[in-house]
Amino acid sequence: MSGDLAGLYQQVILDHSREKHGFGLQPDADASSHQVNPTCGDELTLQLHVSDGVISSVTWEGAGCSISMASASLLTDLAPGLSLGDARQRIALFRELMHSRGAGIDDDDELLGDAIVLEGVSKYVARVKCAMLAWVALEADLAQLDA
Amino acid sequence: MPHPTDTTTALDTTPLTDAEVLLLRRDFPALKQQVNGHELIYLDSGATSQKPASVLDAERSFYEHDNSAVHRGAHTLAANATELFENARATVARFVGARENEIVWTSNATEGLNLIAYGMSNASIGRGGADAARFVLREGDEIVTTEGEHHANLVPWQELAARTGATLRHIPVDDDGALRMDEAVRMIGSRTKLVAFTHVSNVTGVINPVEELVRLAHDGGALVVLDACQSAPHRVLDLAALDVDFAVFSGHKMLAPTGIGVLYGRSELLDALPPFLTGGSMITTVTLDSSGYLPAPQRFEAGTQKVSQAIALAAAIDYLTAVGVDRIEAWESHLGARLVEGFSALPGVRVLGPGVGVHRAGLASVDVDGVHAHDVGQFLDDRGIAVRVGHHCAQPLHRRFGVTASTRASAYLYNTTADVDAVIDGMGAVRSFFGVAS
Repeated sequence: MSGDLAGLYQQVILDHSREKHGFGLQPDADASSHQVNPTCGDELTLQLHVSDGVISSVTWEGAGCSISMASASLLTDLAPGLSLGDARQRIALFRELMHSRGAGIDDDDELLGDAIVLEGVSKYVARVKCAMLAWVALEADLAQLDA
Repeated sequence: MPHPTDTTTALDTTPLTDAEVLLLRRDFPALKQQVNGHELIYLDSGATSQKPASVLDAERSFYEHDNSAVHRGAHTLAANATELFENARATVARFVGARENEIVWTSNATEGLNLIAYGMSNASIGRGGADAARFVLREGDEIVTTEGEHHANLVPWQELAARTGATLRHIPVDDDGALRMDEAVRMIGSRTKLVAFTHVSNVTGVINPVEELVRLAHDGGALVVLDACQSAPHRVLDLAALDVDFAVFSGHKMLAPTGIGVLYGRSELLDALPPFLTGGSMITTVTLDSSGYLPAPQRFEAGTQKVSQAIALAAAIDYLTAVGVDRIEAWESHLGARLVEGFSALPGVRVLGPGVGVHRAGLASVDVDGVHAHDVGQFLDDRGIAVRVGHHCAQPLHRRFGVTASTRASAYLYNTTADVDAVIDGMGAVRSFFGVAS
């Protein structure tokens, strides 16, 4: 195995892909969106639960590769307690990280919490969409609240 | 071109050997490279094949010496280009047991299938007149395809049905991916106007019973469209002997460049089918209000053609013919059997399609319990092994098997037994890497 592959599939990613924090949809979500990655068939529904302008929880269901599942699980850990504006900022930061082609982001990486372990994905252009799936779903949820 | 009735041509069905394959491999520049620190093992020829130097040289030589517009102009280069272009058509025709006027250039197989669908659509609104009556579809008519098709041989028929009011039906497959012929017998009847199916499945490697399906279709008066994308590159193909009405295949899966494909049609059908793309080069007389159309194949070749690609496809066919397509077929049969035996013996790995001992093409797709296909492909790539992951443009078939994606290894004439063993070995290591091995 190459060092790159170990960097991509860090143990915490493999753990999250199996544990799937936040898995299971709930009947009372404030927003919900369904995202599909047509190239590989990954799909995911992600719900947003908000209280007083602050995210109380994120719940989701979906099927896909370990990167997409781990990314949703990590987002579930990160999101609670964030204001809607903060959540948008984290999504933008995560997108910047994913498009960094392995270079990472200089500052602010602590803002992403454990999700920073997905940095290795940015070296694999074909896998960026996998990691982005849950974050794009959260972005769509936030847009629903604005509407 | 060997023909079943030609007793003077003896088929050489001796498989290639590993030693021969290693010599052939030297002809393919793209195969001489390392990927992630390993010699590249290319097992994604079902998606697209690598190209031998002779094919690359043919395309380059055309641009260096003969580049010109075909079918027009009186100068020497134009004449040379036209001759090469039409000779390429003759080469393709010989390769598949067809006549030259039965070979239409397309961009790819998808365009060929859309050409048939839109031609029938045009006939259904009255274009082509009485000659095109057999292509007319209306409410009550049925188009029959199968559950095992590539999207290219499904979506155009969905659209054709929606435009004409015809009903689309699907022959189901069994748990091993074989067509349910009992259902086919029930389904194909007097309402059926068209039966479209693949010769060889790009997912399971199943080889469909062409003769039986053709007989069922023709007994009821239906036309037959054969998707030969996974057979033309790998097997001896005699379309006239198979008695199909139309067939399509793509050059890039058979050592040629992208951008060139072939539509075969029986000449009386092609001459009656209304054109799909219209414009220059396909007309007889044009007035401001209406136009007459040339016979096939030109009536389907509007606009500037894919000249260098067609010439390169002929070079690819020359290469395949020199090696011996029957020997390639026998070799890939050996590789396919070895793949399925190897994969089937691995715990947690399920082969989609025919199991051990069933004749199949040189490819196999698997579902790995607990590991998504995308992760499997990434793991194998780290070992320099190129496979295809995803639904392989066959979502309904994957749904039939209860999965959304699979991992496919597909071999060609440049793959050795060692390549197959490497992907089996890699597949055997996947589950422990991802922590799901029991």
